[in-house]
Amino acid sequence: MLSKRIISCLDVRNGRLAKSVKFIDTRDIGDPVETARRYYEAGLDELVFYDITASSDGRGIMIDVVSQVAAQVFIPFSVGGGLRTVQDCSRVLLAGAEKVNVNSAAVQNPPLIAEASLAFGAQAVVLSMDVVRSAVSTRIPSGYEIVINGGRTPMGLDAVAWARQGEALGAGEIVVNSIDADGTREGYEIRLTRLIADAVGIPVIASGGGGKPEHLYEVLTDGHADAALVASMLHFGEYTVDEIKDDLQRRGLKMRRTPRQSFA
Amino acid sequence: MIAIVDYKAGNLTSVKRALDHLGLEGCVTPDPDVVRQAERIIFPGVGHAGSAMAVLKERGLDQALREAFTRGTPILGTCVGAQVVLSHSEEGDTECLGLIEGECERFRLDDPSLKVPHMGWNEVRLVQEHPVLQGIPNASEFYFVHSYFLRPADPARVLGTSEHGTTFPAIIGQRNLIATQFHAEKSGPVGLNLLRNFAAWDGSVC
Repeated sequence: MLSKRIISCLDVRNGRLAKSVKFIDTRDIGDPVETARRYYEAGLDELVFYDITASSDGRGIMIDVVSQVAAQVFIPFSVGGGLRTVQDCSRVLLAGAEKVNVNSAAVQNPPLIAEASLAFGAQAVVLSMDVVRSAVSTRIPSGYEIVINGGRTPMGLDAVAWARQGEALGAGEIVVNSIDADGTREGYEIRLTRLIADAVGIPVIASGGGGKPEHLYEVLTDGHADAALVASMLHFGEYTVDEIKDDLQRRGLKMRRTPRQSFA
Repeated sequence: MIAIVDYKAGNLTSVKRALDHLGLEGCVTPDPDVVRQAERIIFPGVGHAGSAMAVLKERGLDQALREAFTRGTPILGTCVGAQVVLSHSEEGDTECLGLIEGECERFRLDDPSLKVPHMGWNEVRLVQEHPVLQGIPNASEFYFVHSYFLRPADPARVLGTSEHGTTFPAIIGQRNLIATQFHAEKSGPVGLNLLRNFAAWDGSVC
């Protein structure tokens, strides 16, 4: 039986972490490679790097970060942010990422999903979708709408329909990021996650709103998610990976446990 | 030197990086002569069994692998590299290398909550001892991504099993060949241990 995955997302700008990660050890602050290695050793199951570098010169720095992570971190990780073409995807995969994460560019140009899936296999293509609640209408029958540009631009596209289309185009996994829940730390958007997870046959990763282990439990059970994305819970040092996994295991979820000494 | 067989099937550099990290010398190569002469061979892969076999044949790597197997060179196949060591794959109705007699079959699961591909971390129950599995705790978790699974004709070839709606072979072996359905190079410290064991293995099983 598969374990439920705990995945953490690291935002990177010009090669440095964008959100401060308040580890006690000051060497870690701001360094995505060091942070990734630390999370790997703490028993995290997977990582996502999101490149929020605005300029194109910064892209080269990201490739360097990816290859440094790949040399030290032996769990799957994906890279997203600014990937607009198959060539962009190819660069991060060659640098050592397992998967690419496509979001706005896929909404604007859906064939990108199919092209990347054909080139690298469905397992390498993660469709990340930003979703907001909206009024139920004929265009948005689920009451959840796709937005792009970090949540600023509504696209008139139904989230459930987009998830189905993404799967049909060849995505291997879907990240459902609730813009409404994001940053609240009051829990994932359960209904949305379950709607998407039940609509597709590929794994679904819940994102946005995680503030305590109980929230992960809800979305991994009631929300039918296969994995949960955590950010501030870990980055601000409020919980360790072990604390989250201990809690979920006590509640009866299957978690991957790695003895710490095995990294020696 | 460990030859990492390059047949355009996915991210070969991740195996190379794992070997580098362990201080082991690896070389990614499409050259059948390098594969023939290698001390050890890792045969990785993601993707489609049909296209994998097509490239292996086009590059003459199928013959090189058969010869190395016959000669006793230790070989590790992973994921699609594990699937094509069998005689046949249902994926694309593909004739495979036949180093181990058997079939690669698609998951057919009754439970709609179980997804295909089987993707993520899953436990492996060790059912036989093997030098490459030495020190690997029973029920360790490894990272899997696959829609087809290994089904050797002889159940005695199964070294480890996992569960996804059905019990399926996760590790199989015959003589100097061991094949894992999971990606050891992405399976954290336990996967690295398996690679380290492989690099020390002389290909004998007793």
